[in-house]
Amino acid sequence: MLEKLLQSPFEAAAIILFGIGFTSLMLQKNMIKKIIGFNMMDSAIYLFLAAKGYIEGRKAPIVVNGVTSVEAYINPIPSGLVLTGIVVSVSVTSLMLALTVRLYRRYHTLDIDEIIALVRKEES
Amino acid sequence: MESFWQNIPFFCILLCIASASFTSVLPRRAARALCVAVILAVIVMGVALIGPIVRLGHPYTFMMGHFPAPWGNEIRVGLLEAVMAVVFPSIMLLSLLGGLNRFDEHIFEDKQRFYYVMLELLLAALLAQVYTNDLFTAYVFVEIMTLSACSLITARSKGRTLSAATRYMIMNLMGSGLFLLGLVFLYGMTGHLLMSNIREQVAQLASGGAYRDTLTVTVALMSVALAIKSALFPFHTWLPDAYGYSTPTSSAVLSSLVSKGYIFLLIKIFYRVIGMDVIAETRITDILFVFGLVGIIMGSLSAIREKDIRRMVSFSSVSQIGYIYMGIGMGSEAGMVAAVFHILVHGMAKSMLFLASSGLVQVSGDSKFFRDLRGSGFRNPIAGLAFAVGSFSMVGIPFLGGFISKVYFAKAAMLMPPTAMLIVLLVLAASTILNTIYFLRTVITLYRPAVSEMPYEKPRLSPAFALSMLCLIAVNFGLGTFSQPLIEAIRAGLRMFA
Repeated sequence: MLEKLLQSPFEAAAIILFGIGFTSLMLQKNMIKKIIGFNMMDSAIYLFLAAKGYIEGRKAPIVVNGVTSVEAYINPIPSGLVLTGIVVSVSVTSLMLALTVRLYRRYHTLDIDEIIALVRKEES
Repeated sequence: MESFWQNIPFFCILLCIASASFTSVLPRRAARALCVAVILAVIVMGVALIGPIVRLGHPYTFMMGHFPAPWGNEIRVGLLEAVMAVVFPSIMLLSLLGGLNRFDEHIFEDKQRFYYVMLELLLAALLAQVYTNDLFTAYVFVEIMTLSACSLITARSKGRTLSAATRYMIMNLMGSGLFLLGLVFLYGMTGHLLMSNIREQVAQLASGGAYRDTLTVTVALMSVALAIKSALFPFHTWLPDAYGYSTPTSSAVLSSLVSKGYIFLLIKIFYRVIGMDVIAETRITDILFVFGLVGIIMGSLSAIREKDIRRMVSFSSVSQIGYIYMGIGMGSEAGMVAAVFHILVHGMAKSMLFLASSGLVQVSGDSKFFRDLRGSGFRNPIAGLAFAVGSFSMVGIPFLGGFISKVYFAKAAMLMPPTAMLIVLLVLAASTILNTIYFLRTVITLYRPAVSEMPYEKPRLSPAFALSMLCLIAVNFGLGTFSQPLIEAIRAGLRMFA
């Protein structure tokens, strides 16, 4: 079990980070901490992808010195996926931050439980 | 050789995205006109696509930029996708028309054009999820759909919608994270992103017995992710607030399109990415089946307790989503046909219920509570009629769509082992009784004389609202009386689907 984990340390670390991010997104009460948790979760997946695409001793897939042999470069697809994923998580993060700003201006707190309680009180 | 009509699916998606960027700079009325025109165009093109697909008799793939299979991005169109690509935009158009009369009340005038932008982006995401043959593209459009759905909730700016949208986003982001992780695992195992290629590799892996546990984990991750996003029972906590307080068009679109888009993607993953035989080995369908059954009962019980008509209709969605997952969980073709048919029935009925309840609320001093809604069926006859028809369809009265889907669920149950069959039939019976309790109670309330003559504003007759209600009532009767061709199309579509 342990040596299997040690064979691919980056993937193992990525999954642990994913767990940390996921639980903070789920359990933290502070909105900013939730958003940080979300970013950690997504970055963990990008680490996982980058680790999967990396091949020992090869270079990033950008042709510079006219070397076009496949053996010289790492797998470019995971890097492409990471780039797309980053775009997605940037837009989601900005939307979440915008929501947080609006909630803060209205209720003067970042605690989601407190906000929900205030909303209920406002309604009744 | 490619024919011209094969460009239609890609063109529909492109049209929605392109017009969304134009809509953002147009004045309010022009934005509305463009949005309606785009949705209409998508419907017309979708209808035009069905004929050639039926003649072709098998699904076709459309290569983006003519890059062949393992490298390029693909669109794959069969009969089921074509049917969905007509039904989804139609529901969206009717929801938009039905909710227009509340827009000025709920959305700031200078912000309304952004609402149309979000609708168009949502439609693009929906179509892309229906058509795409690439798992990563599906993920990207899942995110676009989540973002635009969140903006639809916050369009009506008040405390309740803001907190609802935040909770919606938090749950959905957890779902997205799990989905992405599952996708990465699948890519790591197979080295492909195109659905058909993944399936070949998965079949090889499964027959060789390699990566058995990883495969199970992957399927579980993706199912849980899409179950969170489509509000299957234990993950439904975000739903009542998100559906209950936003502007009626948003509620209708969210309940009948957004959640259904995710369910359609899940069906696609089961059939085309993993393959039903491998799915059956992982026994993940059994888990969905159980949660579906529990959801049917729990959703109805929560709905009975509600005193707020919009929240009651929202909780009824939890129960109806339970039906769909029960059908998927049966793991048989009959169950899947019933589930897909119920997606259509529920989409048509639930959007009508949300719009009609908003019409009823409008004539009751803007109160959503049952005590104030007494007699509102007389004050707004068309909304009252639509609510009654929608309720009867959800309860399962003959000649309406809900009846047919219940019959098909029961028929699919007959093919299961005896204990499972008994449980399904019992749950169907119990749920029918529970549905009757809360829907019939509401309909009776609507037609009881009001306690006191309350000063309510005479509703301005909105032609768009009346038109949308009449269309939806007609469609609901149509689904109940002429369901056979549609069922046949779904069955043929599912065979083409894999």
